[in-house]
Amino acid sequence: MPTFTLKINNEKHTVEADADTPLLWVLRDKINLVGTKFGCGIGQCGACTIHVDGSAMRSCLLQVSQAEEMDITTIEGLSEKGDHPVQQAWKDIDVPQCGYCQAGQIMTASAFLNETPNPSREDIRHAMNGNICRCASYNSIEEAVKVAAEKLS
Amino acid sequence: MTPSNKASLSRRSFLKTSALASGGMLIGFNLFNACKPEAKVPLDISKLNFNDFNAFIKISDEGIVTIFSPNPEIGQGVKTSMPMIIAEELDVAWKDVHVEQAALDTKNFKRQLAGGSQSVRLGWKALRQTGATAKQMLVSAAAARWGVDVSECSVKEGIISNSKGETLGYGDVVNEAATLEVPEDVNLKEPKDFKIIGKGKRNVDIDKIITGKPLFGLDYKEEGMLYASVLRPPAFGQILESFDASQAKAMQGVVDVITIGEKARHYLENHLEEDKYNGWTAQMSPSNKVVVLAKSTWDAIKGKKAIKAVWKQDSELESTEMHDKVLLDLLNGNKFETKRKDGNIKSAFAKADKVIERIYESPFLPHNTMEPMNFFASVTPDKVRLIGPVQTPEPAANVVSKMLGRDIDQVSVEMTRMGGGFGRRLYGDFVYEAAEISNSIQKPVKMVSTREDDMTMGVYRPAIKYKIAASIKDGEITGYHLKEAAVNVNMYGLIPHFFPAGAIKNYQVDTANYKSNITTGAWRAPYTNFLASAEQSFFDELAEELGVDRVQLHMDLLEQVKNNPEPNIKYSPERLQGVLKLVVDKSNWGKAASGVYQGLSVYYCHNTHVAEVADIIIENGTPVVQKVTCAVDCGILVNPLGALNQVKGGVIDGIGHAMYSDFGFNKGVPQSNNFNTYQLIRMAQTPKVDVHFVESDIDPTGLGEPTLPPVGGAVANAIYKATGKRLTKQPFMDNLNAKKSIAV
Ligand code: FES
Ligand code: FES
Repeated sequence: MPTFTLKINNEKHTVEADADTPLLWVLRDKINLVGTKFGCGIGQCGACTIHVDGSAMRSCLLQVSQAEEMDITTIEGLSEKGDHPVQQAWKDIDVPQCGYCQAGQIMTASAFLNETPNPSREDIRHAMNGNICRCASYNSIEEAVKVAAEKLS
Repeated sequence: MTPSNKASLSRRSFLKTSALASGGMLIGFNLFNACKPEAKVPLDISKLNFNDFNAFIKISDEGIVTIFSPNPEIGQGVKTSMPMIIAEELDVAWKDVHVEQAALDTKNFKRQLAGGSQSVRLGWKALRQTGATAKQMLVSAAAARWGVDVSECSVKEGIISNSKGETLGYGDVVNEAATLEVPEDVNLKEPKDFKIIGKGKRNVDIDKIITGKPLFGLDYKEEGMLYASVLRPPAFGQILESFDASQAKAMQGVVDVITIGEKARHYLENHLEEDKYNGWTAQMSPSNKVVVLAKSTWDAIKGKKAIKAVWKQDSELESTEMHDKVLLDLLNGNKFETKRKDGNIKSAFAKADKVIERIYESPFLPHNTMEPMNFFASVTPDKVRLIGPVQTPEPAANVVSKMLGRDIDQVSVEMTRMGGGFGRRLYGDFVYEAAEISNSIQKPVKMVSTREDDMTMGVYRPAIKYKIAASIKDGEITGYHLKEAAVNVNMYGLIPHFFPAGAIKNYQVDTANYKSNITTGAWRAPYTNFLASAEQSFFDELAEELGVDRVQLHMDLLEQVKNNPEPNIKYSPERLQGVLKLVVDKSNWGKAASGVYQGLSVYYCHNTHVAEVADIIIENGTPVVQKVTCAVDCGILVNPLGALNQVKGGVIDGIGHAMYSDFGFNKGVPQSNNFNTYQLIRMAQTPKVDVHFVESDIDPTGLGEPTLPPVGGAVANAIYKATGKRLTKQPFMDNLNAKKSIAV
């Protein structure tokens, strides 16, 4: 199997994997960063969302061979102490139910707020539409994104 | 009903304490049955014994309280709310309380199960008494040390004070307290004195969730563990004939390819009949399955794709069209079992001025927990260790012991946090697969499902159709006849006694079913998840037919129940009226702005009374649910923050499945297998849910399910007002010719 060198959360990792392995499984199985979740494997649910060079990406659709040279951030690297304003807002509002989708929601929200500092309700609902929450914590997610936007501004 | 503040359970029935070898006090208790007289609380914390106690509280000599939470967490919040109840009566600061999911042994413990929204309701008294008992022992120890009477002592947040102003922390006296006799009677607080109960507390795992710490079954790993991907028959009704694994075996990451099925058949043939747990095990498939074992999840998934399998037909290959026909035939036929009969339906219908009859239809539904089914198993000659997300650890252990011919003492189950349940994780098929695989290779293994596996290996909500007929005479509803035709299993026994039982003189509930080879089971709020929608739409039509206001019709019917009390009903007419009044008040019922259409629904299930009003608007010709006002009577609110999450989630989940989600079969093959073809509700489609709780000091009831069932009816009734179209078939959007919304 070929090896790849990845830059994840500001650390270099060298992994052995088939070139077509989705980054999601490299993160979870090889680097032991299991915060990034598997939900669908086809880019539909957003559970696997990470940041690539600051933008939200679906790690299930990104092959490890494409990920070299990229600056990758996972939920584990979003903030040092778990206190990114989006994480704080998630805590203020007590968003999670089962919690499984929430890392992906937080990663989508944090990238979105970076690009859109003062979002309208419609902006938020549009930006978060690719992330499914099966527990339907959508009201709380929407509110938390709003709170996070206020914290960031 | 007023709550008593004297604990009525005998101490010996469920609670024991001991001093820990390492210092501090351990309290073992069993919420749901008596401990054996000889049961001992272990001195060594690592040897927690769940045979006799299903939960423990440790109070360390620093005064820190650790609660080993007994019930599985599937997102419904019990890992937070149950410890809150203990902490309240123990009188400690919530910040000094740590909660750990208890690892489980499996012998003799009772109701360690998440299902039916019952955890809090059943545990309420026992949890309170446990906390209160520990507090009383700590206070007695302090009083003895000071040489004062217990009555001179008071407690605030874990600090005991006496009338002289001296103070001692729980930690200071815990070692003495542990040696005291467990008191026979303890005082419980008055609800008005609650400091933790009724105050919103965050999910206890929140920090781990928002930072991506390993918590869930899929995150669990052990050294040397292999990943297993299982190839199952693509159609219900097929079994494996042969397969070629040569290509898969040649792949670098693939370790081996094996088949399983023999152990499952052994269980089905020899143990299913006698097994008291077989309600949770009928989902076991008798077919052989091909298992690819690999060093990583991706290698396993890829290896599975490379298997060439030949399947053969074993039983009928069923299709949705056929289910539709069979269920309609049942509804129109006469092979019913009568579940409740009041008065005489026949004569009421014969004498009626008018009879209204409607048919309501619902599809199969997969659960689609966000975390797909998975389980860890490690089978060795002396132990069977099972770890992962399952709602029913006790049956799982039992079945595995019988499958593998092991003594139950050798089998242990540990539960991880679960990425959703909704009923799917009541059924242990994935546990059995993991166990059989590990048994076969004698190595630790993690069975992982892809979304496609998960959606097609379902234990689905069965397709169900209802025919409801009512007779009207002189402006009154004189008869009500509900018929159910369901795939596999009919409504459970309480449902015929829900509203409108008792409200209509001539009332009958009949059921019939068709036995299918498609596996079905409980799905969040079983049966009522569609029945409520059907009945509440039907009542809307009845009100229209009678020319009375919808709210008034319900109020009057409930008034009749109050005036002619009927012991054999399951709801409280007063509490239903209460939520109805509250929702009318809060939703601006009847006074909506122009362009906003409102629909009402009121329902009782899972011991909780709920009323909902949906506000919709029409945007580009499509109905959009803008807001749902929800009034809930669940007794005392233990954790308002968690409760809000449950209520809002239930409402939105209910809208999503009523409006969008469809699932069918063609020749036994599920017609959707991932979120590009199966639609779950997404944020842009969600309304704001406005929640109001009825203030109450009645003992609490569950919230995981009861807000979901009514909402389909509220939405259908609102859509009727907007469009003049009565929606009787779910998902509604299919009947409104609207576009599917999937991610781009
Ligand atoms: S797992 Fe990547 S989008 Fe669903
Ligand atoms: S919190 Fe359970 S899937 Fe979102």
